Amino acid sequence: LKARVLIRPKAGILDPQGQTVERALPALGFDGVHDVRVGRMVELEAPDESRIGEMCEKLLANPLIEDYEILVVER
Amino acid sequence: VKFGVIRFPGSCDEVDALLACRRFADAELLWHGDRDLRGADAIVVPGGFSYGDYLRAGAIARFSPVMEAVQEFALSGGPVLGICNGFQVLCEAGLLPGALLPNAGLRFVCRQVDLVVENAETAFTGACSPGDRLSVPVKHTTGRYYAPEDLLDELEADGQVILRYAEGQNPNGSARDIAGVANRQKNVAGLMPHPEHAVDPLTGSADGGRLFESLVSHVGALAPA
Repeated sequence: LKARVLIRPKAGILDPQGQTVERALPALGFDGVHDVRVGRMVELEAPDESRIGEMCEKLLANPLIEDYEILVVER
Repeated sequence: VKFGVIRFPGSCDEVDALLACRRFADAELLWHGDRDLRGADAIVVPGGFSYGDYLRAGAIARFSPVMEAVQEFALSGGPVLGICNGFQVLCEAGLLPGALLPNAGLRFVCRQVDLVVENAETAFTGACSPGDRLSVPVKHTTGRYYAPEDLLDELEADGQVILRYAEGQNPNGSARDIAGVANRQKNVAGLMPHPEHAVDPLTGSADGGRLFESLVSHVGALAPA
């Protein structure tokens, strides 16, 4: 199966990248955008989804500072 | 007394660390693929960009064979010092509390800063007194120390905050100006600034040498006469 893991800074953790993007948007006429958070995405193929959570806890994300979300895109 | 300094693919401060250690004791480089610490009495995990900083700084290095040996060494009480990327590696490995985030200003910072010794009763700071100021350079992009508030309170209460940036000199937005922390047992410590680049007055400061000197007296005091 094909999955995407979305990783982003935990709520409450200062995300200067997100802030910078947020400040740049109005300059291009995109008003009213807020709470921009910049994270990263890991795409992977695995035999099944049973161990992806474990992969996130141990390597793909650092659970102290990041939240993750697993999306199965193809079975 | 012998230091072991680890070399990962992507390390770049291991030779300076080796030379700094040699001012005070014997030292040799340890290869990341080896499990053998070659009888080292203290381990230095140096700065650089181990494994290209892929995924997160320090995230991959913790799985290298040498780190398994370092983990065992640390759990048995052996002193381990992580500098810059080495600090990130030790946090990722769970040997130190907290994590390092991208600098609040998002820029690479490279400057001389003053550090204040908060706890002088550790293997790393024994040659200092509380409140001593050490002039040491920082150079990093991912150096903002973070831990949840309750963990920070615990660290402070337990004397695990060993070094702080002097007032007004926090270069990266670290929580509570924290520059260096130790584990609860105080045998593992990490800091973002580079003491190994401050061991000779010719390059601006020799204050960093105090940390290596502290380690040598700590290990020497443990050794049988």
